[in-house]
Amino acid sequence: MAKVLSLAALLGLWALIAWLVHSPLLPSPMSVGEAIVVDTRSGELPFQMACTLARVAAAFAIAFTLGVAGGYAMGRSKLIDRYADPWLVVLLNLPALVIIIFAYIWIGLNETAAIIAVALNKLPNVIVVTREGARSLDPNLDEMAQAFQFTWQSKLRNVVIPQLAPYLAAVSRSGLSIIWKIVLVVELLGRPNGVGFVLGSSFSLFDMTRILSYAISFVALMLAIETFLVQPLERRTNRWRRRAA
Amino acid sequence: MNDARTDGAAGPLEIRIDTKTYASAEGKPVEVIRGLNLQLDAFSFGALIGPSGCGKTTILHIAAGLDPNFIGQRRIPGRGRLGIVFQEPRLLPWRTVADNIRLVLPANESLDQLGELIETLGLGSHLSHYPGELSLGLARRVAIARAFAVRPDFLLLDEPFVSLDAAVAARLREELTTLTQREQVTTLLVTHDLSDAIQLADRLFFLSTRPASIVAEIALPPPRGARSKAMVEQIAEEVRTRVPGYLSGITHA
Repeated sequence: MAKVLSLAALLGLWALIAWLVHSPLLPSPMSVGEAIVVDTRSGELPFQMACTLARVAAAFAIAFTLGVAGGYAMGRSKLIDRYADPWLVVLLNLPALVIIIFAYIWIGLNETAAIIAVALNKLPNVIVVTREGARSLDPNLDEMAQAFQFTWQSKLRNVVIPQLAPYLAAVSRSGLSIIWKIVLVVELLGRPNGVGFVLGSSFSLFDMTRILSYAISFVALMLAIETFLVQPLERRTNRWRRRAA
Repeated sequence: MNDARTDGAAGPLEIRIDTKTYASAEGKPVEVIRGLNLQLDAFSFGALIGPSGCGKTTILHIAAGLDPNFIGQRRIPGRGRLGIVFQEPRLLPWRTVADNIRLVLPANESLDQLGELIETLGLGSHLSHYPGELSLGLARRVAIARAFAVRPDFLLLDEPFVSLDAAVAARLREELTTLTQREQVTTLLVTHDLSDAIQLADRLFFLSTRPASIVAEIALPPPRGARSKAMVEQIAEEVRTRVPGYLSGITHA
Protein backbone atom coordinates (compact mmCIF):
# COMPACT_ATOMS: atom_id res chain seq x y z
CA MET A 1 0.00 0.00 0.00
CA ALA A 2 2.79 2.39 0.97
CA LYS A 3 4.53 1.54 -2.31
CA VAL A 4 1.44 2.39 -4.37
CA LEU A 5 0.90 5.68 -2.53
CA SER A 6 4.55 6.63 -2.89
CA LEU A 7 4.52 5.92 -6.63
CA ALA A 8 1.27 7.83 -7.02
CA ALA A 9 2.85 10.80 -5.24
CA LEU A 10 5.81 10.67 -7.61
CA LEU A 11 3.48 10.65 -10.61
CA GLY A 12 1.52 13.56 -9.10
CA LEU A 13 4.69 15.56 -8.53
CA TRP A 14 5.82 14.90 -12.09
CA ALA A 15 2.43 15.99 -13.48
CA LEU A 16 2.50 19.14 -11.35
CA ILE A 17 6.01 20.18 -12.40
CA ALA A 18 5.26 19.37 -16.04
CA TRP A 19 2.17 21.57 -15.86
CA LEU A 20 4.15 24.39 -14.21
CA VAL A 21 7.14 24.44 -16.57
CA HIS A 22 5.05 23.62 -19.62
CA SER A 23 8.04 22.69 -21.78
CA PRO A 24 8.56 19.96 -24.42
CA LEU A 25 11.63 18.94 -22.38
CA LEU A 26 9.35 17.66 -19.61
CA PRO A 27 6.26 16.06 -21.10
CA SER A 28 3.36 15.24 -18.77
CA PRO A 29 2.75 11.68 -17.56
CA MET A 30 -0.38 11.64 -19.74
CA SER A 31 1.46 12.34 -22.99
CA VAL A 32 4.15 9.79 -22.11
CA GLY A 33 1.43 7.23 -21.40
CA GLU A 34 -0.17 8.04 -24.72
CA ALA A 35 3.16 7.52 -26.51
CA ILE A 36 3.54 4.15 -24.82
CA VAL A 37 0.07 3.09 -25.99
CA VAL A 38 0.67 4.28 -29.56
CA ASP A 39 4.07 2.53 -29.86
CA THR A 40 2.75 -0.63 -28.27
CA ARG A 41 -0.11 -0.77 -30.78
CA SER A 42 2.27 -0.24 -33.70
CA GLY A 43 4.50 -3.07 -32.40
CA GLU A 44 7.54 -0.79 -32.25
CA LEU A 45 7.90 -0.77 -28.48
CA PRO A 46 7.46 -4.56 -27.98
CA PHE A 47 9.99 -5.21 -30.77
CA GLN A 48 12.66 -2.94 -29.30
CA MET A 49 12.09 -4.31 -25.83
CA ALA A 50 12.33 -7.90 -27.10
CA CYS A 51 15.67 -7.10 -28.78
CA THR A 52 17.08 -5.68 -25.56
CA LEU A 53 15.62 -8.48 -23.43
CA ALA A 54 17.16 -11.13 -25.68
CA ARG A 55 20.57 -9.50 -25.23
CA VAL A 56 20.07 -9.31 -21.47
CA ALA A 57 19.16 -13.00 -21.38
CA ALA A 58 22.09 -14.12 -23.54
CA ALA A 59 24.66 -12.03 -21.65
CA PHE A 60 23.23 -13.15 -18.33
CA ALA A 61 23.37 -16.83 -19.28
CA ILE A 62 27.01 -16.56 -20.40
CA ALA A 63 28.18 -14.51 -17.41
CA PHE A 64 26.32 -16.74 -14.98
CA THR A 65 27.55 -20.06 -16.39
CA LEU A 66 31.19 -19.03 -16.75
CA GLY A 67 31.18 -17.01 -13.55
CA VAL A 68 29.73 -19.77 -11.38
CA ALA A 69 32.15 -22.35 -12.80
CA GLY A 70 35.13 -20.01 -12.41
CA GLY A 71 34.11 -18.76 -8.99
CA TYR A 72 33.57 -22.28 -7.72
CA ALA A 73 36.97 -23.41 -9.00
CA MET A 74 38.67 -20.40 -7.41
CA GLY A 75 36.84 -20.88 -4.14
CA ARG A 76 37.78 -24.56 -3.91
CA SER A 77 41.36 -24.49 -5.17
CA LYS A 78 43.96 -22.21 -3.64
CA LEU A 79 46.24 -22.76 -6.64
CA ILE A 80 43.66 -21.67 -9.22
CA ASP A 81 42.74 -18.74 -7.01
CA ARG A 82 46.33 -17.57 -6.75
CA TYR A 83 46.82 -17.58 -10.51
CA ALA A 84 43.41 -16.31 -11.61
CA ASP A 85 43.00 -13.60 -9.00
CA PRO A 86 45.16 -10.94 -10.73
CA TRP A 87 43.11 -11.38 -13.93
CA LEU A 88 40.00 -11.01 -11.90
CA VAL A 89 41.23 -7.80 -10.31
CA VAL A 90 42.05 -6.34 -13.74
CA LEU A 91 38.65 -7.30 -15.10
CA LEU A 92 36.91 -5.90 -12.01
CA ASN A 93 38.58 -2.55 -12.51
CA LEU A 94 38.07 -2.18 -16.26
CA PRO A 95 35.36 0.43 -16.86
CA ALA A 96 32.30 -0.96 -18.65
CA LEU A 97 32.76 1.53 -21.46
CA VAL A 98 36.35 0.39 -22.13
CA ILE A 99 35.27 -3.24 -22.43
CA ILE A 100 32.45 -2.27 -24.79
CA ILE A 101 34.78 -0.22 -27.03
CA PHE A 102 37.39 -3.01 -27.12
CA ALA A 103 34.74 -5.56 -28.05
CA TYR A 104 33.32 -3.43 -30.87
CA ILE A 105 36.76 -2.61 -32.25
CA TRP A 106 38.21 -6.11 -32.06
CA ILE A 107 35.14 -8.20 -32.83
CA GLY A 108 33.20 -5.72 -34.94
CA LEU A 109 29.91 -3.91 -34.65
CA ASN A 110 27.85 -7.03 -34.33
CA GLU A 111 25.66 -9.01 -31.96
CA THR A 112 28.51 -11.26 -30.76
CA ALA A 113 30.58 -8.28 -29.69
CA ALA A 114 27.62 -6.68 -27.93
CA ILE A 115 26.79 -9.77 -25.90
CA ILE A 116 30.40 -10.59 -25.08
CA ALA A 117 30.97 -7.04 -23.91
CA VAL A 118 28.01 -7.18 -21.54
CA ALA A 119 28.84 -10.67 -20.26
CA LEU A 120 32.47 -9.64 -19.60
CA ASN A 121 31.26 -6.68 -17.61
CA LYS A 122 29.18 -8.86 -15.35
CA LEU A 123 31.52 -11.87 -15.17
CA PRO A 124 33.96 -10.69 -12.45
CA ASN A 125 31.12 -9.92 -10.08
CA VAL A 126 29.60 -13.39 -10.53
CA ILE A 127 33.02 -14.92 -9.93
CA VAL A 128 33.68 -12.92 -6.76
CA VAL A 129 30.33 -13.75 -5.17
CA THR A 130 30.40 -17.44 -6.15
CA ARG A 131 33.96 -17.74 -4.88
CA GLU A 132 32.81 -16.37 -1.53
CA GLY A 133 30.07 -18.99 -1.49
CA ALA A 134 32.39 -21.82 -2.47
CA ARG A 135 34.82 -20.83 0.28
CA SER A 136 32.10 -20.99 2.89
CA LEU A 137 30.97 -24.52 2.00
CA ASP A 138 30.71 -26.58 5.17
CA PRO A 139 33.58 -29.13 5.29
CA ASN A 140 31.56 -31.23 7.74
CA LEU A 141 28.82 -31.80 5.18
CA ASP A 142 31.49 -32.56 2.60
CA GLU A 143 32.83 -35.28 4.86
CA MET A 144 29.34 -36.59 5.48
CA ALA A 145 28.71 -36.87 1.74
CA GLN A 146 32.01 -38.68 1.31
CA ALA A 147 31.32 -41.10 4.16
CA PHE A 148 27.91 -41.96 2.75
CA GLN A 149 29.35 -42.31 -0.75
CA PHE A 150 27.16 -39.73 -2.45
CA THR A 151 27.60 -39.70 -6.21
CA TRP A 152 28.98 -36.39 -7.47
CA GLN A 153 25.62 -35.54 -9.03
CA SER A 154 23.83 -36.16 -5.76
CA LYS A 155 26.44 -34.18 -3.85
CA LEU A 156 26.13 -31.27 -6.24
CA ARG A 157 22.34 -31.24 -6.06
CA ASN A 158 21.88 -31.94 -2.36
CA VAL A 159 24.98 -30.56 -0.68
CA VAL A 160 26.73 -27.93 -2.82
CA ILE A 161 23.99 -26.05 -4.68
CA PRO A 162 21.76 -25.54 -1.62
CA GLN A 163 24.71 -23.94 0.15
CA LEU A 164 25.51 -21.76 -2.86
CA ALA A 165 21.85 -20.84 -3.44
CA PRO A 166 21.83 -17.60 -1.41
CA TYR A 167 24.95 -16.44 -3.26
CA LEU A 168 23.55 -17.39 -6.65
CA ALA A 169 20.29 -15.63 -5.84
CA ALA A 170 22.18 -12.47 -4.87
CA VAL A 171 24.20 -12.67 -8.07
CA SER A 172 21.10 -13.13 -10.24
CA ARG A 173 19.48 -10.17 -8.63
CA SER A 174 22.34 -7.72 -8.90
CA GLY A 175 23.31 -9.32 -12.19
CA LEU A 176 20.04 -8.63 -13.88
CA SER A 177 19.98 -4.98 -12.81
CA ILE A 178 23.59 -4.34 -13.85
CA ILE A 179 23.30 -6.20 -17.13
CA TRP A 180 20.27 -4.43 -18.46
CA LYS A 181 21.84 -1.07 -17.75
CA ILE A 182 24.99 -2.03 -19.64
CA VAL A 183 22.98 -3.53 -22.51
CA LEU A 184 21.43 -0.10 -23.08
CA VAL A 185 24.89 1.47 -23.40
CA VAL A 186 26.03 -1.26 -25.80
CA GLU A 187 22.95 -0.69 -27.94
CA LEU A 188 23.43 3.05 -27.88
CA LEU A 189 27.01 2.69 -29.12
CA GLY A 190 26.65 0.11 -31.82
CA ARG A 191 23.36 -1.66 -32.44
CA PRO A 192 20.59 -0.76 -34.94
CA ASN A 193 17.78 -1.77 -32.58
CA GLY A 194 16.86 -2.23 -28.93
CA VAL A 195 15.79 0.21 -26.25
CA GLY A 196 19.31 1.67 -26.00
CA PHE A 197 19.31 2.43 -29.72
CA VAL A 198 15.91 4.17 -29.47
CA LEU A 199 17.11 6.22 -26.50
CA GLY A 200 20.21 7.26 -28.47
CA SER A 201 18.34 8.34 -31.56
CA SER A 202 15.69 10.16 -29.51
CA PHE A 203 18.45 11.91 -27.61
CA SER A 204 19.81 13.40 -30.82
CA LEU A 205 16.28 14.67 -31.58
CA PHE A 206 15.68 15.87 -28.01
CA ASP A 207 12.49 13.78 -28.07
CA MET A 208 11.84 13.56 -24.32
CA THR A 209 8.41 11.96 -24.71
CA ARG A 210 9.91 9.04 -26.56
CA ILE A 211 12.88 8.75 -24.20
CA LEU A 212 10.63 8.67 -21.16
CA SER A 213 8.14 6.25 -22.70
CA TYR A 214 10.82 3.69 -23.60
CA ALA A 215 12.80 4.11 -20.40
CA ILE A 216 9.74 3.73 -18.20
CA SER A 217 8.44 0.73 -20.14
CA PHE A 218 11.74 -1.06 -19.86
CA VAL A 219 12.20 -0.29 -16.16
CA ALA A 220 8.68 -1.63 -15.60
CA LEU A 221 9.51 -4.81 -17.49
CA MET A 222 12.68 -5.42 -15.46
CA LEU A 223 10.81 -4.75 -12.22
CA ALA A 224 8.18 -7.27 -13.28
CA ILE A 225 10.84 -9.89 -13.99
CA GLU A 226 12.44 -9.20 -10.62
CA THR A 227 9.11 -9.41 -8.77
CA PHE A 228 7.51 -12.35 -10.55
CA LEU A 229 10.56 -14.44 -11.45
CA VAL A 230 13.62 -13.73 -9.31
CA GLN A 231 11.94 -13.12 -5.96
CA PRO A 232 9.65 -16.19 -6.02
CA LEU A 233 12.68 -18.31 -6.97
CA GLU A 234 14.61 -16.89 -4.04
CA ARG A 235 11.69 -17.56 -1.70
CA ARG A 236 11.50 -21.14 -2.88
CA THR A 237 15.17 -21.86 -2.26
CA ASN A 238 14.90 -20.33 1.21
CA ARG A 239 11.78 -22.22 2.23
CA TRP A 240 13.63 -24.49 4.69
CA ARG A 241 15.23 -21.50 6.38
CA ARG A 242 11.92 -19.83 7.21
CA ARG A 243 10.35 -23.04 8.43
CA ALA A 244 13.27 -23.64 10.75
CA ALA A 245 13.33 -20.09 12.14
CA MET B 1 47.58 -46.15 3.87
CA ASN B 2 46.76 -49.68 2.92
CA ASP B 3 43.13 -50.54 2.36
CA ALA B 4 41.70 -54.02 2.26
CA ARG B 5 38.38 -55.81 2.51
CA THR B 6 37.90 -58.79 4.79
CA ASP B 7 36.16 -61.57 2.95
CA GLY B 8 32.43 -62.00 3.30
CA ALA B 9 29.98 -60.02 5.39
CA ALA B 10 31.20 -61.75 8.55
CA GLY B 11 34.76 -60.44 8.43
CA PRO B 12 36.27 -58.46 11.28
CA LEU B 13 37.02 -54.75 11.34
CA GLU B 14 40.74 -54.15 11.70
CA ILE B 15 42.47 -50.84 12.12
CA ARG B 16 46.22 -50.80 12.45
CA ILE B 17 47.83 -47.39 12.70
CA ASP B 18 51.60 -47.59 12.95
CA THR B 19 51.85 -43.84 13.02
CA LYS B 20 49.71 -40.82 12.32
CA THR B 21 51.11 -37.31 12.39
CA TYR B 22 49.69 -33.84 11.98
CA ALA B 23 51.50 -30.69 11.02
CA SER B 24 51.38 -28.34 14.00
CA ALA B 25 50.76 -24.62 13.66
CA GLU B 26 54.54 -24.07 13.43
CA GLY B 27 54.74 -26.67 10.67
CA LYS B 28 56.43 -29.30 12.83
CA PRO B 29 54.95 -32.80 12.63
CA VAL B 30 53.18 -33.93 15.80
CA GLU B 31 52.59 -37.62 16.29
CA VAL B 32 49.04 -38.22 17.54
CA ILE B 33 48.77 -42.01 17.20
CA ARG B 34 51.50 -44.63 17.47
CA GLY B 35 51.29 -48.40 17.31
CA LEU B 36 47.54 -48.70 17.56
CA ASN B 37 46.01 -52.04 16.73
CA LEU B 38 42.29 -52.54 16.94
CA GLN B 39 40.44 -55.66 15.90
CA LEU B 40 36.71 -56.02 16.21
CA ASP B 41 34.95 -59.33 15.54
CA ALA B 42 32.07 -59.42 13.10
CA PHE B 43 28.75 -58.25 14.56
CA SER B 44 30.32 -57.23 17.85
CA PHE B 45 30.10 -53.83 19.49
CA GLY B 46 33.38 -52.23 20.44
CA ALA B 47 33.86 -49.05 22.40
CA LEU B 48 36.93 -46.87 22.06
CA ILE B 49 37.40 -44.94 25.28
CA GLY B 50 39.81 -42.19 26.00
CA PRO B 51 40.23 -38.72 27.41
CA SER B 52 39.18 -35.71 25.36
CA GLY B 53 41.73 -34.68 22.76
CA CYS B 54 43.56 -38.01 22.68
CA GLY B 55 42.78 -38.61 19.01
CA LYS B 56 39.56 -40.64 19.20
CA THR B 57 37.93 -38.74 16.39
CA THR B 58 41.08 -39.08 14.28
CA ILE B 59 40.90 -42.86 14.69
CA LEU B 60 37.22 -42.79 13.75
CA HIS B 61 38.02 -40.75 10.62
CA ILE B 62 40.67 -43.26 9.64
CA ALA B 63 38.27 -46.15 10.29
CA ALA B 64 35.69 -44.39 8.12
CA GLY B 65 38.17 -44.03 5.29
CA LEU B 66 37.89 -40.25 5.43
CA ASP B 67 41.56 -39.77 6.27
CA PRO B 68 44.01 -41.71 4.09
CA ASN B 69 47.06 -39.92 5.47
CA PHE B 70 48.42 -42.44 7.97
CA ILE B 71 50.84 -45.32 7.99
CA GLY B 72 49.15 -48.61 8.70
CA GLN B 73 46.35 -50.75 7.40
CA ARG B 74 42.60 -50.74 7.46
CA ARG B 75 40.49 -53.81 6.78
CA ILE B 76 36.76 -53.36 6.61
CA PRO B 77 34.11 -56.06 6.61
CA GLY B 78 31.91 -57.20 3.74
CA ARG B 79 31.16 -54.79 0.92
CA GLY B 80 32.52 -52.04 3.10
CA ARG B 81 29.28 -50.10 3.36
CA LEU B 82 29.71 -47.62 6.15
CA GLY B 83 27.08 -46.13 8.45
CA ILE B 84 28.39 -43.24 10.48
CA VAL B 85 26.98 -40.95 13.15
CA PHE B 86 29.11 -37.86 13.60
CA GLN B 87 29.27 -35.92 16.82
CA GLU B 88 27.17 -33.15 15.30
CA PRO B 89 24.22 -34.66 13.44
CA ARG B 90 25.43 -33.26 10.06
CA LEU B 91 22.01 -33.41 8.44
CA LEU B 92 21.26 -31.40 5.33
CA PRO B 93 19.25 -28.46 6.73
CA TRP B 94 17.53 -27.85 3.37
CA ARG B 95 16.17 -31.37 3.13
CA THR B 96 13.37 -32.83 5.23
CA VAL B 97 14.04 -35.66 7.67
CA ALA B 98 12.57 -38.12 5.16
CA ASP B 99 14.78 -36.80 2.34
CA ASN B 100 17.88 -36.84 4.52
CA ILE B 101 17.35 -40.54 5.10
CA ARG B 102 16.19 -41.26 1.56
CA LEU B 103 19.41 -39.82 0.11
CA VAL B 104 21.57 -42.62 1.49
CA LEU B 105 19.23 -45.54 0.75
CA PRO B 106 20.64 -48.29 -1.43
CA ALA B 107 19.17 -48.31 -4.94
CA ASN B 108 15.74 -49.97 -5.23
CA GLU B 109 14.92 -49.45 -1.56
CA SER B 110 12.34 -46.99 -0.31
CA LEU B 111 11.58 -45.32 2.97
CA ASP B 112 8.56 -47.59 3.44
CA GLN B 113 10.89 -50.50 4.07
CA LEU B 114 12.41 -48.69 7.03
CA GLY B 115 9.19 -48.55 9.06
CA GLU B 116 10.61 -50.54 11.95
CA LEU B 117 13.78 -48.44 12.16
CA ILE B 118 11.86 -45.20 12.08
CA GLU B 119 9.43 -46.46 14.68
CA THR B 120 12.17 -47.67 17.03
CA LEU B 121 13.77 -44.22 16.89
CA GLY B 122 10.41 -42.46 17.30
CA LEU B 123 10.76 -40.45 14.10
CA GLY B 124 7.41 -41.30 12.52
CA SER B 125 5.80 -37.93 13.19
CA HIS B 126 8.88 -35.92 12.19
CA LEU B 127 9.52 -37.16 8.67
CA SER B 128 8.25 -33.99 7.00
CA HIS B 129 10.16 -31.65 9.31
CA TYR B 130 13.36 -29.83 8.45
CA PRO B 131 16.39 -30.49 10.71
CA GLY B 132 16.28 -26.91 12.02
CA GLU B 133 12.90 -27.68 13.57
CA LEU B 134 14.25 -30.59 15.63
CA SER B 135 15.83 -30.77 19.09
CA LEU B 136 19.39 -32.08 19.28
CA GLY B 137 18.13 -35.42 20.58
CA LEU B 138 15.81 -35.83 17.63
CA ALA B 139 18.45 -34.68 15.14
CA ARG B 140 20.82 -37.32 16.55
CA ARG B 141 18.10 -39.92 16.06
CA VAL B 142 17.72 -38.88 12.43
CA ALA B 143 21.49 -39.20 12.01
CA ILE B 144 21.29 -42.68 13.55
CA ALA B 145 18.39 -43.63 11.29
CA ARG B 146 20.43 -42.43 8.31
CA ALA B 147 23.42 -44.54 9.38
CA PHE B 148 21.24 -47.66 9.60
CA ALA B 149 19.35 -46.88 6.40
CA VAL B 150 22.58 -47.48 4.47
CA ARG B 151 22.32 -51.18 5.50
CA PRO B 152 25.87 -50.86 6.81
CA ASP B 153 28.47 -53.60 7.10
CA PHE B 154 30.02 -51.55 9.85
CA LEU B 155 28.81 -48.69 11.93
CA LEU B 156 30.84 -45.88 13.51
CA LEU B 157 29.40 -43.74 16.31
CA ASP B 158 31.20 -40.60 17.47
CA GLU B 159 30.04 -39.56 20.96
CA PRO B 160 26.35 -39.97 20.13
CA PHE B 161 25.20 -39.05 23.66
CA VAL B 162 27.23 -35.91 24.15
CA SER B 163 25.18 -32.89 25.33
CA LEU B 164 21.93 -34.84 25.64
CA ASP B 165 20.14 -34.81 28.99
CA ALA B 166 20.29 -38.02 31.01
CA ALA B 167 16.80 -39.32 30.24
CA VAL B 168 17.14 -38.74 26.49
CA ALA B 169 20.58 -40.36 26.48
CA ALA B 170 19.27 -43.39 28.38
CA ARG B 171 16.48 -43.93 25.87
CA LEU B 172 18.84 -43.51 22.96
CA ARG B 173 21.19 -46.12 24.47
CA GLU B 174 18.32 -48.60 24.65
CA GLU B 175 17.32 -47.88 21.06
CA LEU B 176 20.89 -48.31 19.87
CA THR B 177 21.18 -51.65 21.66
CA THR B 178 17.97 -52.86 20.04
CA LEU B 179 19.03 -51.67 16.60
CA THR B 180 22.60 -52.99 16.58
CA GLN B 181 21.40 -56.41 17.74
CA ARG B 182 18.51 -56.58 15.30
CA GLU B 183 20.49 -55.35 12.30
CA GLN B 184 23.59 -57.48 13.07
CA VAL B 185 26.15 -54.82 12.36
CA THR B 186 29.76 -54.53 13.54
CA THR B 187 29.86 -51.31 15.53
CA LEU B 188 32.59 -49.08 16.90
CA LEU B 189 31.58 -46.44 19.42
CA VAL B 190 33.92 -43.60 20.29
CA THR B 191 33.26 -42.06 23.68
CA HIS B 192 34.83 -40.44 26.72
CA ASP B 193 32.06 -41.85 28.93
CA LEU B 194 32.88 -45.20 30.51
CA SER B 195 29.34 -45.99 31.66
CA ASP B 196 27.94 -45.43 28.16
CA ALA B 197 30.58 -47.78 26.82
CA ILE B 198 29.95 -50.47 29.43
CA GLN B 199 26.22 -50.42 28.89
CA LEU B 200 26.42 -50.74 25.12
CA ALA B 201 29.55 -52.63 24.15
CA ASP B 202 30.91 -56.11 24.47
CA ARG B 203 34.53 -55.07 24.10
CA LEU B 204 36.26 -52.01 25.51
CA PHE B 205 39.42 -50.46 24.09
CA PHE B 206 41.22 -47.94 26.27
CA LEU B 207 43.35 -45.28 24.68
CA SER B 208 46.37 -43.59 26.16
CA THR B 209 47.07 -39.89 25.84
CA ARG B 210 49.08 -38.64 22.86
CA PRO B 211 50.53 -40.35 20.97
CA ALA B 212 47.52 -42.62 21.38
CA SER B 213 47.67 -46.37 21.48
CA ILE B 214 45.48 -49.01 23.08
CA VAL B 215 46.64 -49.58 26.65
CA ALA B 216 43.98 -52.07 27.74
CA GLU B 217 41.32 -54.21 26.15
CA ILE B 218 38.49 -55.69 28.20
CA ALA B 219 35.84 -58.14 26.99
CA LEU B 220 32.47 -57.76 28.69
CA PRO B 221 30.17 -60.71 29.45
CA PRO B 222 26.97 -60.95 27.40
CA PRO B 223 24.25 -59.88 27.09
CA ARG B 224 24.97 -56.29 26.22
CA GLY B 225 22.41 -53.60 26.78
CA ALA B 226 20.68 -53.87 30.14
CA ARG B 227 23.71 -53.79 32.42
CA SER B 228 23.10 -52.70 35.96
CA LYS B 229 24.68 -49.79 37.72
CA ALA B 230 26.46 -52.24 40.02
CA MET B 231 28.00 -53.97 37.04
CA VAL B 232 29.14 -50.68 35.55
CA GLU B 233 30.81 -49.90 38.91
CA GLN B 234 32.43 -53.33 39.03
CA ILE B 235 33.90 -52.98 35.57
CA ALA B 236 35.08 -49.46 36.29
CA GLU B 237 36.87 -50.93 39.32
CA GLU B 238 38.50 -53.54 37.12
CA VAL B 239 39.74 -50.84 34.77
CA ARG B 240 41.12 -48.95 37.74
CA THR B 241 43.20 -51.91 38.84
CA ARG B 242 44.38 -52.87 35.39
CA VAL B 243 45.32 -49.38 34.30
CA PRO B 244 46.13 -47.46 37.49
CA GLY B 245 45.30 -43.80 37.48
CA TYR B 246 43.57 -44.20 34.15
CA LEU B 247 40.07 -43.09 35.01
CA SER B 248 41.06 -39.61 36.15
CA GLY B 249 40.76 -38.33 32.60
CA ILE B 250 37.39 -39.81 31.67
CA THR B 251 33.84 -39.64 32.87
CA HIS B 252 32.16 -42.54 34.56
CA ALA B 253 28.98 -42.98 36.55
